[in-house]
Amino acid sequence: MAAKEKVIGPAGFYSIFERKGGAAPTATHYCPGCGHGILHKIIADTMMDLGIQDRCVLMSPVGCSVFAYYYIDCGHVQTAHGRAPAIATGISRAEDDAILISYQGDGDLASIGLNETVQAANRGEKITIFFVNNTVYGMTGGQMAPTTLVGEVTATTPNGRDPRDAGYPIHMCELLDTLKAPVYIERVSLSNINHIRKARRAVRRALEIQRDKKGYAFVEFLSPCPTILRMDAKGIERFINEEMEREFPLKRFRDRSVEAEPIERRESDFSKASLDKAFGVSASDSIEVVTNPEFVPKGVKISGFGGQGVLSMGLALAQAAYKAGRFVSWYPDYGPEQRGGTSNCSIVISGEQIGSPVVDEPDVLVAFNRPSLDKFATDVKKGGLILYDALAGAFKPPEGVRAIPVPATDIALGKGVEQAANTAMFGALMEAGNLGLPGEAFGRALERTFAKKPKLIPLNLEILETGAKSVR
Amino acid sequence: MPAQLVEGNSAVIVGAMYAGCDCFFGYPITPASEILQEASKYFPMIGRKFVQAESEEAAINMVYGAAAAGHRVLAASSGPGMSLKQEGISYIAGAELPCVIVDIVRAGPGLGNIGPEQSDYNQAVKGGGHGSYKNIVLAPNSVQEMCDFTIKAFDLAFKYRNPVVILADGVLGHMIEPLEFPKTAIEHHIDTSWAVAGNEATMKNLVTSIALDFNELEQHNVKLQAKYDRIQENEVEREEYRTEDADVILVSYGISSRIANSAVDAARKEGIKAGLFRPITLFPFPWDELKALADRGCSFISVEMSNGQMRDDIRLATGCKDVALVSRYGGNLIERDQILDMIREVA
Repeated sequence: MAAKEKVIGPAGFYSIFERKGGAAPTATHYCPGCGHGILHKIIADTMMDLGIQDRCVLMSPVGCSVFAYYYIDCGHVQTAHGRAPAIATGISRAEDDAILISYQGDGDLASIGLNETVQAANRGEKITIFFVNNTVYGMTGGQMAPTTLVGEVTATTPNGRDPRDAGYPIHMCELLDTLKAPVYIERVSLSNINHIRKARRAVRRALEIQRDKKGYAFVEFLSPCPTILRMDAKGIERFINEEMEREFPLKRFRDRSVEAEPIERRESDFSKASLDKAFGVSASDSIEVVTNPEFVPKGVKISGFGGQGVLSMGLALAQAAYKAGRFVSWYPDYGPEQRGGTSNCSIVISGEQIGSPVVDEPDVLVAFNRPSLDKFATDVKKGGLILYDALAGAFKPPEGVRAIPVPATDIALGKGVEQAANTAMFGALMEAGNLGLPGEAFGRALERTFAKKPKLIPLNLEILETGAKSVR
Repeated sequence: MPAQLVEGNSAVIVGAMYAGCDCFFGYPITPASEILQEASKYFPMIGRKFVQAESEEAAINMVYGAAAAGHRVLAASSGPGMSLKQEGISYIAGAELPCVIVDIVRAGPGLGNIGPEQSDYNQAVKGGGHGSYKNIVLAPNSVQEMCDFTIKAFDLAFKYRNPVVILADGVLGHMIEPLEFPKTAIEHHIDTSWAVAGNEATMKNLVTSIALDFNELEQHNVKLQAKYDRIQENEVEREEYRTEDADVILVSYGISSRIANSAVDAARKEGIKAGLFRPITLFPFPWDELKALADRGCSFISVEMSNGQMRDDIRLATGCKDVALVSRYGGNLIERDQILDMIREVA
């Protein structure tokens, strides 16, 4: 008999539900009296009316409407439970002209996906959310939903929802109405023909907003689930009109569709020229790194308080080594004291591929403060060198290690720039570090460091030289 | 070649953008946050799309969305964030969507700390989420490879329509080395045969991972396994160093492989014939290549900052139960001499 039935489907439905298959390929999988079928039909009709079928992508959620893609003739993405607004965000950002319809039930939208729901609304994503509220989890067998009414019996509230244990129904329209970005928020009902007419108008408005790329629209539908709620047609109509509406009043919360401006996003630029420009890539950065197994690798550790320019001095040293054609690595160790405590970094300079970038036994230790001396001085290799800020006070190095106090802070203060102590120390390292790097590489590295503040270059070169002189 | 000193995390963004990736969705987490920050700086500069998501779950689902639309999309995180992303990765694998996910592994379990470890090996290599799926997993060991492997990862992701994980660690993420910039920039075009991009060419398509019919879902799984077999057949990559005559083989990936490399040189100076076998693809794992060395009678040492997670695979590959392990935990790097001691013991 099914084969002979002539289904006069709405425009925008597939004529045969091939993805569904089975014995009745022109019938939906929804129970008699379910609100999903009604809403599907309205969405499909409206999509065709507005001429936006090709642009539409519908998110099928987890819940009874997981198979919305059986029916509505547009692009479809099936989503994880609660994640539809995030997935729609991804599609919308990737494809500016796509019209995203996120179709979600109460458990999906207001429970497991509440964060995604609120945040997508708050960003004002170009998405229309159709929220089907029937007060229960349908597909999993009628458990309590976030919108279950107080006293309502479900599979997991056998004695009725008790707010002392399970809280109160969540009001999604009211909650979202506290946010600035949404363009349109309305609650309608699918309980009877009069309500369905109004619901149709809300669907139209929400999709017009997407057509015109104006932003976020949210429509909540109080929807019948007679099977799970064990009601007949009259009973479920009464339940929605009297009990649900008392808790969830029908209302247009806002409509800013007239004043909202369209959101247009730029097209992605894939050209190499634009990339090279963005990253500042230029042929002049080309350096020939020379393999030279004769070069004895040098490990340098630089340590001090945060704010003393420890990491940036390390970077300048790495630049100097790189400009000199050496293999080089720089690695920061924030340690547990990252915030406001000491920080240090390791620089390895080599004539070959570098193994570990972490320097445990430095050839040279640069210490900007006393704690750094206390912590790392004993790690320095025999025959190695310690450069430390003279302000750290008297210090006796371990046997076989040379230690030189550098008046780095004093030099910097003398030039009126306290934060340039690391430049003075860099000069001392250039002079006494024995790192096998030419002096001009240090100057060039400083120029690179201050490339964006060229006014500071002459002064820093001066401080570099003063630092070098101080240990000569 | 034009080169600059670049941080490992930044190199990922360089690679992704030259590879034609035009969407990034992420959430802050140390030690991967620089990837997010660099994306926020460079993506919008040339019209590419960036969103700081509200959560790791939202971020991976935005990735799912942009991937479903056929775009090249990147995600990045670290241990705890990767755990949260597993739901989304399972859906991406199930729906056969291409994307690249970078894991800058930190020390665990739980909140652990922000130091480096390699303890996400099993999570990345064996699937990680629910269901019988696999990620392609690439293991860089330098800043240059952080860039180059990201480019390679996009090619593999689209060749097989499969998630690809770049398994790095806190050291590779934060260290700075010279980076040669890519010579070409890829302009990606959407494959209208499967993508859902909100246009006429793709409106007949469906992206989904649900199949209620048992046989249908079984067939889908069989198809996925056949894909993984093809990947195993065609995409294995590894690097060998002084293994030709080696008696003792270190097996190591990522930052640990560089320290192992130094240990090989040190052992050779002592006259011990040591070599390094470095898997570059962790799935597909180089089973046959390791087996060939085992057949020669080599001894094996797994060098990894985790509890022998890779050693299990070395045991399976070589048939040797007796594979030694050199490891550190908690953010500590393996030291060269620690490896050298074990080489002496095994040799």
